[in-house]
Amino acid sequence: MTLRYLMQRVGSLILVLFGVSLLTFAIIPLIPGSPARVRLGVQATPESVAAVERQLGLDRPLPVQYVDWLGGIVLHGDFGESLITGTPISGEVARRLPATLALAFTALLFGLLIALPSGIISALKPGGRRDLTVSLMSQIGVSVPDFWMGILMILLFAETLDWLPSSGYVPLAQGFLPWLSHILLPAATVGIISGSIMARFVRGAMLEVLRNDYVRTARAKGLREGAILVKHVLRNAAISVVTIVGLQMATLFSAVVVVEIIFAWPGLGSMALNATLQRDYPLLQAAVLSAAGAFVIINLLTDLSYVLLDPSVEYA
Amino acid sequence: MPEAGRTETGSLTTTPSRGAGTKGAAARFFARFLRHRLALAGTLIVLLLTVTALFGGAYAPYSPTTMDFSAQFAPPSLAHPFGTDEFGRDLFSRVLHGAAISLRVALIAVGISSLVGVTLGVLAGFLGGWVDELTMRFMDVLFAFPAVLLAITVMAILGRGVGNAMIAIAIVYIPIFARITRGAVIGVRGREFVTAARALGVRPGGIMLRHVLPNATGPIIVQTSLSLAFAILAEAALSFFGLGTQPPAPSWGRMLAEGRAYLGQAPWMGIFPGLAIMVSVMGFNLLGDGLRDLLDPRLK
Repeated sequence: MTLRYLMQRVGSLILVLFGVSLLTFAIIPLIPGSPARVRLGVQATPESVAAVERQLGLDRPLPVQYVDWLGGIVLHGDFGESLITGTPISGEVARRLPATLALAFTALLFGLLIALPSGIISALKPGGRRDLTVSLMSQIGVSVPDFWMGILMILLFAETLDWLPSSGYVPLAQGFLPWLSHILLPAATVGIISGSIMARFVRGAMLEVLRNDYVRTARAKGLREGAILVKHVLRNAAISVVTIVGLQMATLFSAVVVVEIIFAWPGLGSMALNATLQRDYPLLQAAVLSAAGAFVIINLLTDLSYVLLDPSVEYA
Repeated sequence: MPEAGRTETGSLTTTPSRGAGTKGAAARFFARFLRHRLALAGTLIVLLLTVTALFGGAYAPYSPTTMDFSAQFAPPSLAHPFGTDEFGRDLFSRVLHGAAISLRVALIAVGISSLVGVTLGVLAGFLGGWVDELTMRFMDVLFAFPAVLLAITVMAILGRGVGNAMIAIAIVYIPIFARITRGAVIGVRGREFVTAARALGVRPGGIMLRHVLPNATGPIIVQTSLSLAFAILAEAALSFFGLGTQPPAPSWGRMLAEGRAYLGQAPWMGIFPGLAIMVSVMGFNLLGDGLRDLLDPRLK
């Protein structure tokens, strides 16, 4: 990997994060009314609202407020205080970010467990019955609303069969099984959806590789199909699969936000919605900024991983 | 919500042709369209949705908001094909009425985002330089937010309600229209017919409208269909969260949110509205995918 490419990517990452921080900061000046009024309630006098605004620093010029706000986050991890509870937000973010990431990665694992076998199977016999089943599944995966999928999972596995809890979260520290039983339904909900979408791309990647001359040569040499598949096809398709995962991260992250809300999963997505419903704007800012930040960094890491995986990809 | 709609639809560009296709080309396209089973299935679903949105309300057996406490939580039957809810309202009638809400929000939201996105994309691609740089960096920033989170944030600023939901959904999908259009415009910008028009003294505005934009219509049409699918999903999600369409209006997402509280008691409340969303979304997805196949010159 050339250093120049790395620098370029990190440079544009910083630029995007700067833009993200500006937009996120803009939430408070853009909302009608003042955060001080949220804290004090509707009956507050103009004097007390003004006093709280001074206390929150909202009477200063916007650029000063922005620099102060961003400086606090970057230098001290300080997101300010919740308007509703008055507690520091950084503790909340530190609790919720790991929960969101855990859900996202478990869901991705689920998705790959679905996408890889079904994509490979359908590529082996394009147009066959299994292929059509997989493409129907994909079509449903793209079209099914993620929150409805969550409802159906709860209906089946929690309400009807009573196998798994319908909501909530148990930290991994309190034991693997309780943790697993809580993460299973939300992760499966996201995983089934993104897995059935990814299956289509895995199929495409496989077909692309199967068309190559070296596959034909391997067949001509009399290699068994199984050996060809493992040695020649899967290894070469692996690079495209990383690309697919990278592209899928966006869908995955969005679905995680929604599914967190359905399953009362204490992550950043449910934090953002609760903050919006309660008009706790600093909390919303923190949720949006940390989720977008994590998202942008994961995207960068996927991009960089191509270069490590595929020596023939050169970025100047 | 639908992030997939914000990924590029591919680099397809229609073959450069100055006026729209001749009569023969249109007929050929239509013939191929009829043979494409997925596109046809998508069209039929979209037609069904449109007819339901236009006339479904008028032919619904019950009013969508009238409560009947003698028929609370009635399971699906001949009188109530989709059952009733906690207020005894007929779910089938509510689902029929919901079609109009869904389709209206989707059409307006996608209308706004395609208009703004295409304009930005044409300007960025055609003018290049700092206009391009500035526009596309701003689009990158919008892309950095997970779609639902961006929509929720916009709703936090604008406030709840169906009108604001349209604006929020539109903003989420502006970047993808801008990117696609810009890509297509850059693809034709250096072509001979554009240079020729420029040499003939056609003004930049005229070149954009008459020579550049028509050649970007293929990808834009495909993206419009896919975005309509995602806009339906997005409206349902926002209403589900309580931010979009407000009660008692029978929005599909809202109905699912109400149904969630009674899953054990009345599972049908959590099933039929979701089914309606899925089928409608699938219609626009199939249509979009089909159009992409048909418009891709490599597959002709």
